[in-house]
Amino acid sequence: MRNTVLKSVLTALLVAGATSAFAASEDDFKAAYAAAEAANKEAGSLRNQWTTTASTLAAAKKAADSGDFDNAVAQAKEAEALAKASIFQATSEKERWKNMEIR
Amino acid sequence: MKPRSAIPVASAALALALLAFATPPVAAADTVDPAADAKAFKKFFTDKFPKLKPEDFVNGPYSMNEDLHKQWEEKEQFPPYEFSLEAGKEMFSKPFKNGKSYQDCFPNKGIGIRQNYPYFDEKEGKVVTLELALNRCREANGEAPFSYVKDDMAALTAYMAFTSRGKPFDIKIPKDPRALEAYQKGKEYFYTRRGQLNFSCATCHIQSPGERIRAEVLAPALGILNAMPIYRSEWSGMGTTSRRFTTCNSQIRGVPLDPQADEYRDLEYYLSYVSNGLPISGPGARP
Amino acid sequence: MASTIRVRATSNGDTTEVQALIQHPMDSGFVKDAQGQIIPPHFIQELTFEYDGKAVFVADWGGGISKDPYVKFAFKGGKKGDDLKVSWVDNKGATDTATAKIQ
Repeated sequence: MRNTVLKSVLTALLVAGATSAFAASEDDFKAAYAAAEAANKEAGSLRNQWTTTASTLAAAKKAADSGDFDNAVAQAKEAEALAKASIFQATSEKERWKNMEIR
Repeated sequence: MKPRSAIPVASAALALALLAFATPPVAAADTVDPAADAKAFKKFFTDKFPKLKPEDFVNGPYSMNEDLHKQWEEKEQFPPYEFSLEAGKEMFSKPFKNGKSYQDCFPNKGIGIRQNYPYFDEKEGKVVTLELALNRCREANGEAPFSYVKDDMAALTAYMAFTSRGKPFDIKIPKDPRALEAYQKGKEYFYTRRGQLNFSCATCHIQSPGERIRAEVLAPALGILNAMPIYRSEWSGMGTTSRRFTTCNSQIRGVPLDPQADEYRDLEYYLSYVSNGLPISGPGARP
Repeated sequence: MASTIRVRATSNGDTTEVQALIQHPMDSGFVKDAQGQIIPPHFIQELTFEYDGKAVFVADWGGGISKDPYVKFAFKGGKKGDDLKVSWVDNKGATDTATAKIQ
């Protein structure tokens, strides 16, 4: 089980490495941006969005508007990573907050 | 692991859980006992700052730092919230277009009641803060609601706090499971880390009161709402509890919720409850 | 409208201590609003305290003074029950005056 996960991660990394050799297209940006937006929406449903996700999304959009899709895709991926981190934070804090509590 | 073997494990866990419920909770980990919480909360701060009297905590950073305390004493002779307070007094007594006024919306005509807010409204099933009650009063009388964070709202609450100065916080949790749930949710919000900086309210106001964060001295969580609303020199203006909550969130790089969102209402309920018995000192002035 | 000046003067026999708080935006002219427009300069230029027809304290102010400024000073003389007059003029020509009894 764990092996398969590892393999698929490696494959994903290899694929990512392979595509980054070419210039990113508008479609790449759209896909990356949609993924980031979806993750940020999920963070929103957990009431835990980060301001940096929003500003990175805005930066991605700005780069795409100026035609710099390499940068736009990179920013969108960064935004997605931030959103995922905020989701992780919200999920792990569901129980962890109790460690801080004064009793 | 084969999927089939997971079922007996799950049912064993369920049985254990049932067993845990059947026996009286020894560690009290999952029961909600606000009275015990409040006691432990106060004890934490009075142990941490043995020189301070409980009522000193309502003065926030000024109780933590001697230099600041001296500056504050000077400042209180001509407090920066004075203009707002006066405006609030005028607004409070001025009738609405329909002839009614704020006095008609509140018990005791709104005088000396700040210590009872927020309260749990059993009809609504939610926590009602003073700011919310003020805007509902406006809307019920055909007036447009105020912004929750500053200016007019802060002026009104400043006046209402001023008439309640010295009265101890008296937040009640009625025998209603929803009230207890609101309290518990407020507590969870207080201790939950959020934002990119991974801070909870407790990170600053439990772990580090009296320490500096940049140039500011952090206030203790105990009694932190007693001084609301506040004139903050940093804001060069007045701010309500809502303003404090939303800016705290954005400072740790979290997207703030709407002022008076359920989470903030519960948080205010929790924080006020654990400060029960400490006197209202608002409006306050903070650096 | 309520007065923009709060003043308190107390005499200890030899000297009179004066404290005043003035409500004024004190815009420096260098700050932009949320729309990115410069907030035009609007600040008190001269603040005068007069006792017995004589200026005892004159301040030439500019945009560097904070919003709602606070002033404290002491002067020799001043009798209990006498008047102390405070006035300010800002760069837009607006003005306000208040009189306080020395306590």
